[in-house]
Amino acid sequence: MARRDDIESILVIGSGPIVIGQACEFDYSGTQACRVLAEEKFRVVLANSNPATIMTDPSMADRTYVEPLDPDVLTAIIERERPDALLPTLGGQTALNLTMALSDRGVLDAYGVEVIGANAEAIATAEDRERFKAAMEEIGLAVPASGFAHSLDEAMAIGDSIGFPIMVRPSYILGGAGTGIAPSRELLARLAAEGLEASPVSEVLIERSIAGQKEFELEVMRDNADNCVVICSIENFDPMGVHTGDSITVAPAQTLTDVEYQAMRDAAFACIRRVGVETGGSNVQFAVDPSDGSQVVIEMNPRVSRSSALASKATGFPIAKIAARLAVGYRLDEITNDITGATPASFEPTIDYVVTKIPRWAFEKLPGAVDELGTRMQSVGEVMGIGRTFPESLQKAIRSLEQGRYGLNADPAEVSLEPVATGDLLVRVATATPERVFQLEALLRRGVSVDDLAAATGIDPWFLAAMAEVTDARMALDLQVTLGVTVADLERRAWRRLRRLGFSDLQLAYLFGDPVTADDIRAARTALGVGVTFKTVDTCGAEFEAHTPYHYSTTEDEDEVRSSDRPRVVILGSGPNRIGQGIEFDYCCVHASFALRAAGYETVMVNCNPETVSTDYDTSDRLYFEPLTPEDVANVLEAEQAASVDRGRLVGVIVSLGGQTPLKLAAGIPEDLVLGTSPSSIDLAEDRERWNELCTRLGVPQPPGGTATDAAEAVAVAGSIGYPVLVRPSYVLGGRAMEIVYDDERLTAAVEAMSGVGGSLGREGGVTPDRPVLVDRFLEDAVEVDVDAVRDSTGDLVICGVMEHVEEAGVHSGDSACALPPQTLPASVVADLEGYVRTIAEALEVSGLINVQFAVKGDLAYVLEANPRASRTVPFVAKATGVPVAMVAARVMVGSTLAELRAEGLLSEPVTGHVSVKEAVLPFNRFPGVDTLLGPEMRSTGEVMGIDSTFGLAFAKSQIAAGNPLPSSGTVFLSLADRDKAAGLEAARQFASLGFELAATSGTAAMLEAEGIGVSTVVAKVGESDPGVVDAVDLIAGGKVQLVVNTPRGRGPRADGLHIRAAALAHLVPCLTTVAAAKAAAQGMTDWAGHPLSVRSLQEYHQR
Amino acid sequence: MTGRSGVAPRAEALLVLADGTVFEGEAVGASPDGGIATGEAVFNTVLSGYQEVITDPSYAGQVIAFTYPHIGNYGVNPADDEAGRPYCRGVVVRQLTDRPSSWRATGSLEEFLVRSSVPGITGVDTRRLTRHLRDRGAMPCAFGPAAESELRAAAAAAPATDHQDLVSAVTTASPFTRGSGPYRVVAYDFGVKEAMLRQLGDMATVTVVPASTPAGDVLGMEPDGVFLSNGPGDPAALPAIVDEIRALVADGAVPVFGICLGHQLLATALGASTFKLPFGHHGGNHPVRRLSTGQVEITSQNHNYAVAEDSLASAEITHVNLNDGVIEGVRSREAPAFSVQYHPEAGPGPHDARYLFEEFRALMDAVGGGPRRGRAPASGGTGA
Ligand SMILES: Nc1ncnc2c1ncn2[C@@H]1O[C@H](COP(=O)(O)OP(=O)(O)O)[C@@H](O)[C@H]1O
Ligand SMILES: Nc1ncnc2c1ncn2[C@@H]1O[C@H](COP(=O)(O)OP(=O)(O)O)[C@@H](O)[C@H]1O
Ligand SMILES: [Mg+2]
Ligand SMILES: [Mg+2]
Repeated sequence: MARRDDIESILVIGSGPIVIGQACEFDYSGTQACRVLAEEKFRVVLANSNPATIMTDPSMADRTYVEPLDPDVLTAIIERERPDALLPTLGGQTALNLTMALSDRGVLDAYGVEVIGANAEAIATAEDRERFKAAMEEIGLAVPASGFAHSLDEAMAIGDSIGFPIMVRPSYILGGAGTGIAPSRELLARLAAEGLEASPVSEVLIERSIAGQKEFELEVMRDNADNCVVICSIENFDPMGVHTGDSITVAPAQTLTDVEYQAMRDAAFACIRRVGVETGGSNVQFAVDPSDGSQVVIEMNPRVSRSSALASKATGFPIAKIAARLAVGYRLDEITNDITGATPASFEPTIDYVVTKIPRWAFEKLPGAVDELGTRMQSVGEVMGIGRTFPESLQKAIRSLEQGRYGLNADPAEVSLEPVATGDLLVRVATATPERVFQLEALLRRGVSVDDLAAATGIDPWFLAAMAEVTDARMALDLQVTLGVTVADLERRAWRRLRRLGFSDLQLAYLFGDPVTADDIRAARTALGVGVTFKTVDTCGAEFEAHTPYHYSTTEDEDEVRSSDRPRVVILGSGPNRIGQGIEFDYCCVHASFALRAAGYETVMVNCNPETVSTDYDTSDRLYFEPLTPEDVANVLEAEQAASVDRGRLVGVIVSLGGQTPLKLAAGIPEDLVLGTSPSSIDLAEDRERWNELCTRLGVPQPPGGTATDAAEAVAVAGSIGYPVLVRPSYVLGGRAMEIVYDDERLTAAVEAMSGVGGSLGREGGVTPDRPVLVDRFLEDAVEVDVDAVRDSTGDLVICGVMEHVEEAGVHSGDSACALPPQTLPASVVADLEGYVRTIAEALEVSGLINVQFAVKGDLAYVLEANPRASRTVPFVAKATGVPVAMVAARVMVGSTLAELRAEGLLSEPVTGHVSVKEAVLPFNRFPGVDTLLGPEMRSTGEVMGIDSTFGLAFAKSQIAAGNPLPSSGTVFLSLADRDKAAGLEAARQFASLGFELAATSGTAAMLEAEGIGVSTVVAKVGESDPGVVDAVDLIAGGKVQLVVNTPRGRGPRADGLHIRAAALAHLVPCLTTVAAAKAAAQGMTDWAGHPLSVRSLQEYHQR
Repeated sequence: MTGRSGVAPRAEALLVLADGTVFEGEAVGASPDGGIATGEAVFNTVLSGYQEVITDPSYAGQVIAFTYPHIGNYGVNPADDEAGRPYCRGVVVRQLTDRPSSWRATGSLEEFLVRSSVPGITGVDTRRLTRHLRDRGAMPCAFGPAAESELRAAAAAAPATDHQDLVSAVTTASPFTRGSGPYRVVAYDFGVKEAMLRQLGDMATVTVVPASTPAGDVLGMEPDGVFLSNGPGDPAALPAIVDEIRALVADGAVPVFGICLGHQLLATALGASTFKLPFGHHGGNHPVRRLSTGQVEITSQNHNYAVAEDSLASAEITHVNLNDGVIEGVRSREAPAFSVQYHPEAGPGPHDARYLFEEFRALMDAVGGGPRRGRAPASGGTGA
């Protein structure tokens, strides 16, 4: 069959902002798809509102629309581009749902757009749980007993007939949104109600709960000749009842006999055929009853998914890439397997190692959220560990999480479990939490049997027994150590056995106890020939030769790293996505790799995040899928240095593009190998005291402040600078544990909360003299500004972007909207800012990127912080200005000058004439009970971008893209803190003149009416409940409000207005918590009312 | 905690290849005579199905190295045996599972190996071994707790499977029947797998006969069809059997279906020659194209020898391996006879090619006009 020539241009829909349940795995799949379609010479039109993605890089498509993912906007794009086909299966649930909407509206028919991959019929069959269940029964596949409800009464009736516990599953959802297990009628009533809200078609599946059974997934592919293959089987460590996205998962499946596995394989094929996914990848989930092996189908996703990204990294088989080829007409047997270069893609990968995926959660950043895992996905990222055995891969995965753990316990953090009685621990492990795996190991060490633990948790005994091997080896070593055995006494085989179980040198050093260090261990074992060996991920268990150097470390006889006679640059990635450090940094690393490859270097990527583009085997010349710890990185560098032959050499390591993760590793890397800004300069910027001295010396104004190692000192500092003050730890990202306090009492509480291992910073290392608490004067009502710049070794510097925040300083830069170019800053101030940036960059001898954050009060600018590294805003700036900032920086780091890069054409003047707005996307809808108030601790998971001719239009677009479209009519409800009332007036006036009704709490209402602005509804104040006066919550719940503006008094975490914000969140009413945002919204609504929707591609904006 | 906690560590052991390459590990399973086990080392890439592989008689004379590190996870159970006992000469793994977990398990793999006197070695860098065999080809090996020097000597002396008749060691001594389907099929046992007899037994009453049974006796049983089973070793070492098969197809009256060794023997009888592959096909993921439809089937494979393409005069090629072009299926131009190199019966492996048993049924209908009901069971059709 081969390439379809009847289609010419293809519309690809991305998945939009990073949210829980839909993260950068879709940038990985979308990027692969775009690259493949380009190779195949199709005209690619891409729509994605997420500027941080690699797929939205203008070079990835012919037309890139960074526009809201909304049916109207997509209609406008289709109208403009007239694509022949639409590929919906690579942009997650978002792309599928949009495609359904476009199809239902008749847009696709009207413009003759063919849906390729999976058609609307197939999508509906898979996503509509009722149709899916019917389809499965039709082909004789078992599903749990269930019924469908479109109302609460129906739900209750079905629940009673099936019997409790009951699983509630809304249709067309993602990440288990609105799902839950109800043990009782009462709970069912609540869950069903939530479920009906969560489902876009208000339909819920009321199903018998089979929590505790084993959960499996098969990643299946099908081509247009009906050839089907299984790419990977995945077995969940956590049984049914914990969302796959929140489960520890293992590939390949471990506990199925071949008879059972083949039955599951047959079922998966029957499923994809019945659902009718014509070409591409699908994911079929099964539950297996451990007592008799009976299998039921849980669901199928007719698209690439989080699991298919994992499966691709786990096997080396690029599912999304192949899916894109299949969608344009190729058959599996017409595509060659990149890795072998000789065999076709129509086969089933076999692997000779084990991979373990562990999710990463952010509960510590969401006070009010409970860290219990269930059927609703809550994790914000994940890591994958590759090892020859499960114990090794598990320990490597734990190390990869970057949460201060050395592996499966055997580290200082394990002591936190010691005080807990065995009985209590046994109770705790019955509930899945991020800590469960550590608790299980502790229980094994206390002699609790594998069977008892299996009974208590539903985790398959095989996994627990494998963990017990780690425990046994550890206890045996503990015993030897108490008997006086020293590092010198251990023989080769003993070291080999321990290392093969995945123990890091750090863990072994801990087990030997002081003064033994990881280096001692390393020395002892290497002296006996027990080194680290790198194996290759090759899709075929070594049956054929692999051409792609995709490696993982283990302890075996043979090392497979190939020698190289070329200059090589190692790029350290950013590890698991987390709030504060996400896809933006992967974008930077990937762009560095592209730029350096183009410049003739061999690039070597090190990362452990399976969702990313950076861990795609063909992003860099070499890929090491390894934890980002000093030890594991040292092993890679050693291997790469050993690999140099002839004129090949390791040029150096890039540590400044992956966020805080590689920066923290810089200290452990030979100084001469660190490319770009020197570690000492990096430290100078991070070490508050030295930084303050520097600023004073340079005459760069800072908010007055000081450092403290305990509460008393902090109070003293506050006394000297005056309240309000902002307290925070040093060396953390995303405003971790940062607080604004107004009095000694709160300050003391805040500092104590940070201190000690038990404290909120336990994982980050607590508070110590070399990790002091920073206490700064909090600048109220200041405008915050971010500046990104690149400086080369000759001192030449280019300002890449100046971004004015919408929300005032005090709302974390990662959580506030910002505009480029600045909208209200006087030119003189901008000039000052640029001057300060030059001075600071000069002083730090920056070579590469620097990001400086300012708070501007009036025309006075204060420096908040400088980060001599890539910042979160780099991709946004690149898309807003058309300057490939990360590429330029990477080249500078290996010695190019800006002048050379200008001559080369890589660096050119930023394009102007439009306004770009970045808006943050927050995860509150997944964490009811968490206050939506914005503060200095960052909580957003992702971002979107709006581009248009005015700030108002761009802002309005950014709100649509973020999922909170501004209303065009109705009622605006205002409840303003006194200090905001004056400023709020202006916004209120605009709302009124736009024809909105106003509702307000009594105080705000009085103020507005005094100013002659009519308020139609006056609402009771917090606590007040005079009869006859409407209550704010009822008003919002009653759907009578289309926009809420609620600014709290002060900025600390305070309950005032909490119920209003909670009500808005619950009923999906856009809620603005700052006057600044309200003003921006008013302007957006005004411009939006006056202009028809218009869309434009980056390529057009970037036209010079 | 684990099955082995407190148990003394396993005896150190070595695996030595005929070319002198040494691998270290620990002895498991049965203890070989003199601490030395020998055989031809081959690797198998299945992720599941180790029990079926170990009990497949086609592995007679061979030492099986599994590329997947964890072997023994779900233990063993009688239903998954492919023969009464294993005929392989040893098992090499990276990590033998101490504590199996499966509702189907009746015991652990290690116990099973001991019980069925199969020696094994665990803890081996099986990936290094696989890469070595891939590059240098399958070769004899010796392994066990014995001294390295002894193992070297044994490995150098150990025979390969070439030119050896390994079939006589695995074939049944006397006929026996399986299944109760309406058709009557006589199955030559060159080392037949249970999975094949299950598939045939669903459609036919199968009389399994010794490899040495003359064609005349088989035809005397008036079967609807004759089945040529899988089996170990080198087809070129079995000229007598080829003569009988030649007689069968020369008669042209009876449909013949062959699998694996049965395929090689049929092809030889049809005038083809066979050759030894560098390291064979042993796994469950080989893509095969069915030329009649263009469809790709994922197949279970286990063979070191293959049919040489240019030597096929009187037969047409029906299936081809997409990895290396090896002939995977042939059909006689004259006689109602066809065969495949791979394992449509699975056990272990995918079910993609089960249709071939239907084709056999269709061929029996076409030639014999349907099952020969009402006939007295053929002589030799009972007993065993
Ligand atoms: N009937 C059930 N009983 C118990 N747990 C279930 C049941 N159905 C699904 N689950 C659990 O809920 C999780 C989420 O359900 P699923 O339909 O897969 O949501 P999503 O579509 O977001 O993946 C599953 O991973 C599984 O662990
Ligand atoms: N002195 C200050 N006055 C007002 N707001 C501040 C001050 N210092 C920091 N902030 C606010 O706190 C946020 C986080 O501070 P920052 O130093 O940027 O931490 P991070 O390193 O986590 O980005 C800033 O984005 C800003 O909004
Ligand atoms: Mg799911
Ligand atoms: Mg900051």
